[in-house]
Amino acid sequence: MSTPTPTRTPTGAPEHLTGPGRGGVGDDAQRPDGVLKVRGEFAYGSDLWMEDMLWGVTVRSPHPYARIRSIDIGAALATPGVRAVLTADDVPGEKVYGLELADQPVLALDVVRHQGEPVALVAADHPETARLAASRIHVDYEVWEPITDARAALGHPTWNQVHDSAAEVTELSRENAHLHPQGNLVRHLKIRTGDPAPTADVVVVGEYEVGMQDQAFLGPESGLAVPAEDGGVELYVATQWLHVDQRQICSALALPPAKVRLTLAGVGGAFGGREDLSMHVHACLLALHTGKPVKMSYNREESFFGHVHRHPATMRYEHGATHDGQLIYVKASIYFDGGAYASSTPAVVGNGGTMGIGPYVVPNVHVDCYGAYTNNPPCGAMRGFGSVQTAFGYESQMDALAAELGMDPVELRCRNAMEEGSPTPTGQVIDSPAPVAELLRRLEAMPMPTRVDDGEVDLRDMPGGVSNTTHGEGVRRGVGYAVAYKNVAFSEGYDDYSTARVRLEVVGGEASATVHTAAAEVGQGLVTVEQQIARTELGVKQVTVHPKDTAVGSAGSTSASRQTYVTGGAVKAACEKVRAQVLARAERLVGRTVPDLRLAGGAVVSDAEDIAVPLVDVLGDEALEETVEWHHRPTEAIDPETGQGFAHVQYAFSAHRAVVDVDTELGLVKVVEMACTQDVGKAINPQAVLGQIQGGTAQGLGLAVMEEILLKDGKVRNPSFTDYLIPTILDMPPMRIEVLEYADPHAPYGLRGVGEAPNISSGPAVLAAIRAATGLPLTRVPVRPEHLTGL
Amino acid sequence: MDFLQPTTWAEALEAKAAHPDAVAVAGGTDVMVGINFGHLRPSLLMDLTRVEDLQEWSIEDGAVRLGAGVSYARVIAELGTQLPGLAMASRTIGSPQIRNRGTVGGNLATASPAGDAHPALLAADAQVEVASVRGSRRIPVPDFYTGVKRNAMDADELITAVLVVPPSGPQQYSKIGTRNAMVISVAAFGLALHPDRRAVGTGIGSAAPTPRRAPAAEQFLADELTGTGLWESRAELPAATAGRFGELVADAASPIDDVRGSARYRLHALSVMACRALTWAWADYRTDTGKEV
Ligand SMILES: Cc1cc2nc3c(=O)[nH]c(=O)nc-3n(C[C@H](O)[C@H](O)[C@H](O)COP(=O)(O)OP(=O)(O)OC[C@H]3O[C@@H](n4cnc5c(N)ncnc54)[C@H](O)[C@@H]3O)c2cc1C
Repeated sequence: MSTPTPTRTPTGAPEHLTGPGRGGVGDDAQRPDGVLKVRGEFAYGSDLWMEDMLWGVTVRSPHPYARIRSIDIGAALATPGVRAVLTADDVPGEKVYGLELADQPVLALDVVRHQGEPVALVAADHPETARLAASRIHVDYEVWEPITDARAALGHPTWNQVHDSAAEVTELSRENAHLHPQGNLVRHLKIRTGDPAPTADVVVVGEYEVGMQDQAFLGPESGLAVPAEDGGVELYVATQWLHVDQRQICSALALPPAKVRLTLAGVGGAFGGREDLSMHVHACLLALHTGKPVKMSYNREESFFGHVHRHPATMRYEHGATHDGQLIYVKASIYFDGGAYASSTPAVVGNGGTMGIGPYVVPNVHVDCYGAYTNNPPCGAMRGFGSVQTAFGYESQMDALAAELGMDPVELRCRNAMEEGSPTPTGQVIDSPAPVAELLRRLEAMPMPTRVDDGEVDLRDMPGGVSNTTHGEGVRRGVGYAVAYKNVAFSEGYDDYSTARVRLEVVGGEASATVHTAAAEVGQGLVTVEQQIARTELGVKQVTVHPKDTAVGSAGSTSASRQTYVTGGAVKAACEKVRAQVLARAERLVGRTVPDLRLAGGAVVSDAEDIAVPLVDVLGDEALEETVEWHHRPTEAIDPETGQGFAHVQYAFSAHRAVVDVDTELGLVKVVEMACTQDVGKAINPQAVLGQIQGGTAQGLGLAVMEEILLKDGKVRNPSFTDYLIPTILDMPPMRIEVLEYADPHAPYGLRGVGEAPNISSGPAVLAAIRAATGLPLTRVPVRPEHLTGL
Repeated sequence: MDFLQPTTWAEALEAKAAHPDAVAVAGGTDVMVGINFGHLRPSLLMDLTRVEDLQEWSIEDGAVRLGAGVSYARVIAELGTQLPGLAMASRTIGSPQIRNRGTVGGNLATASPAGDAHPALLAADAQVEVASVRGSRRIPVPDFYTGVKRNAMDADELITAVLVVPPSGPQQYSKIGTRNAMVISVAAFGLALHPDRRAVGTGIGSAAPTPRRAPAAEQFLADELTGTGLWESRAELPAATAGRFGELVADAASPIDDVRGSARYRLHALSVMACRALTWAWADYRTDTGKEV
């Protein structure tokens, strides 16, 4: 398939990245885009520009639930400078899309199901004109009462906990009670192992709630669609998975993939929030309609409505154990509020359910995990994906059980910890290292932060910080531990792969490689990893990273901690094929087979025969290129009635110890120190690993103490960084980190995905520490000052 | 949107008289947020950063005359002794970037109940000097706030300076936020002891439609200190006095429940902050024996 070149390339389109030319697998290689980013010269999606481009804006529903009686676009169309006003009628192809289920309208059809749902689009030659025209679109709504509680949406008045029979379901009698024709249930996952009616010496029951977290990436949703001469469209967009976007855009535009070509624009963070479409189809529709390039870039407030959030969850757990702390059973009911559209709710339910009791060995497990439709904002992928929420539940339970048993909480965890060879609740045997107990013991052995008591108060060390609320009054210290595990890559039978094209040739007298994948670089450093792998496998210095686009096959999503594993695996495999070609050529050159030939230092070398032929000579003016589609070993769908099956290809494990100071009178928290231990299998780039652990820890801490999208009757009350708070440097403390490297024999280089696990164990450790400091039960995160002061 | 850049105060006042709807820009840290969020669509912006007089502070008749355009960063660096309460409040504001740009004049004009300069200025009995082509006048700071984000200025007026008499006793400032930096106050409290006048100054933020004082608390404490001879003896302050003072401060507030906090929490926090602030201020007063009052 030949790729037609676009007539013009916008300013701000990605360029080939070369970088410093140093660092193989295991080294702290520098990012090839690092200097650009530090200097402020890196072009993000919002920097895209074309001379004659139009600006697109979106008209959104102010109501969480309403029927559209009519839309009047007359006044908007009549506004000077306006080039197009589009509604659902103008969508040429399928009018609904979705990651897993196609249930979300490109533009609202007859009913809007959440506040901020896109209803109409405007393109104009100036953004102010577009916004003015958008305000002149009159939509007549019949406003309905929203359904804003997941259990109410499912008609579950009581926790479905004790009986194996189906949940007690109350028929929903109210009008418009079903958001979608098939009802409000997106997925119900069941796990049934062991004795259905177990008994135990000691039983603890707890109910927990996790608020709605936002990814809070800094670069808002942005892209530029350029109509192409062949009737297709080029879309430059900041996203997470180019090919799944392409599939959905093609379906909405009724165009074949060859005519919808995507290139990754600079991405300012993602954390799952860019897995679903935002402005993608909208910009393409406007571009194809007007024949002009169309740029769309959300502002901060619109961004809060433009992407999915982390599912809020309510959970009920019952843990039974022997007197000496052996877990006998766990029963859990977990409800995820999926909001108005499915997005990745089925997979979130999959993770929440299958890993919902934590990294512990439990013979009898009974889990019901539900995902529901409501009229809250749609929820989908976010770092930790279903596991973040449940970790608050199961780790709170482990602490409650330890207290009930009078046992040390770390001891209780270690006594029940999974290890290599342990069965999971889904009946899968863990077939690579699972050092859960070691992670905890190493944390315990780390020194505690010391209090410097020189009579001087440094406000920055106090709860409340420089706001000067305490000089020590009311302050109590607490320590908490948590451990978590998380699947890496896609699960439950999904054929998960990535594609890499690697080319080796002589450029400017030096053998250099080019790596071309569609794997989204969202800030995590995959471009660095791609270079490192090519340097190690091909023995060259110069490795160029080709812009990420759909001219090469799918890489899958930059999510599920999977890109270093899967795209890393694909790059490695493609390099190996290129290397095989080079070695064969070298052997032809020397005229015989040499068993220990390898590539190093820009040459083909053999230690046995003291051969060193420069690659430049082996390659001449020929370019060797290989494209490989690399799949990780298959997983299986789980049994719908028992939840049994080989669901996950790999698990990542991490543990945290949190030390906090709480001003118990004012309810303010200062996290004094976070310590983390994590097994990463093999640190491909140790510095990037530390970055992931620090960042994941901060995001987990944020959910524990401040980050929440506050809702009232389905409406967002804080769509801004003024009121949606994320941790600052004075909230995120220094860390102690120990990275373990126990190779996973099934994974490339033995590596384990890194990005999500630390995001999961950090928040529950902070919560446990706040409990330890205050003695309060604290069953909801984020913990607010009101919870700590009883007001 | 048009843009004016006066270089003298007279020019600025004339422009404001000619275009009463012109929006002044000092640090821009409120104005730009308003424009970005679409709350403000001014037809005319007037940059005041070229007016040199506004960027300076001086001592005039024994009082600090703080130009409306002086940044928080400079208040912290240069006026810690003369305006301790305001300097402490300034330290709680935003981030280094915001403190480099943001000004006391801008905070006053915005007149948000959450503005951090207000409780400190209230406690210190500050006056706001405003001017127009018609002349200038001084407004005692409690009279400056007339409603939620409304102030006592006429359409043709601009703020010239803030006048504050340097302290004769310790000052304190405390603010509650739900993170440890860069946060809008959930409740704030400013305190100034004025031993020279045997008086107490207070200021409450984020707990009423406007920043306000707590007159009953001020009176109570001044009477206690005078009645028990504590101003002179500098003896230990009874814990009950600090506790009662805290309660009276909370009584003066009339907060609401909002996305940042509940009314009940705000009242509680005010009483705790006021009690602690008084305790710290009194400890400073006791050790500060050098100054005869
Ligand atoms: C990220 C961030 C964090 C913040 N944190 C805090 C905080 O912690 N505490 C806090 O109190 N505030 C905070 N603010 C708000 C803001 O920084 C302050 O209110 C600041 O004092 C405004 O000053 P400015 O010079 O930037 O005002 P500008 O934005 O320039 O102006 C604000 C208003 O004052 C008017 N104005 C300015 N100068 C004059 C004058 N001489 N005469 C008449 N009118 C005038 C303007 O027309 C406008 O109405 C924050 C803002 C941001 C963006």
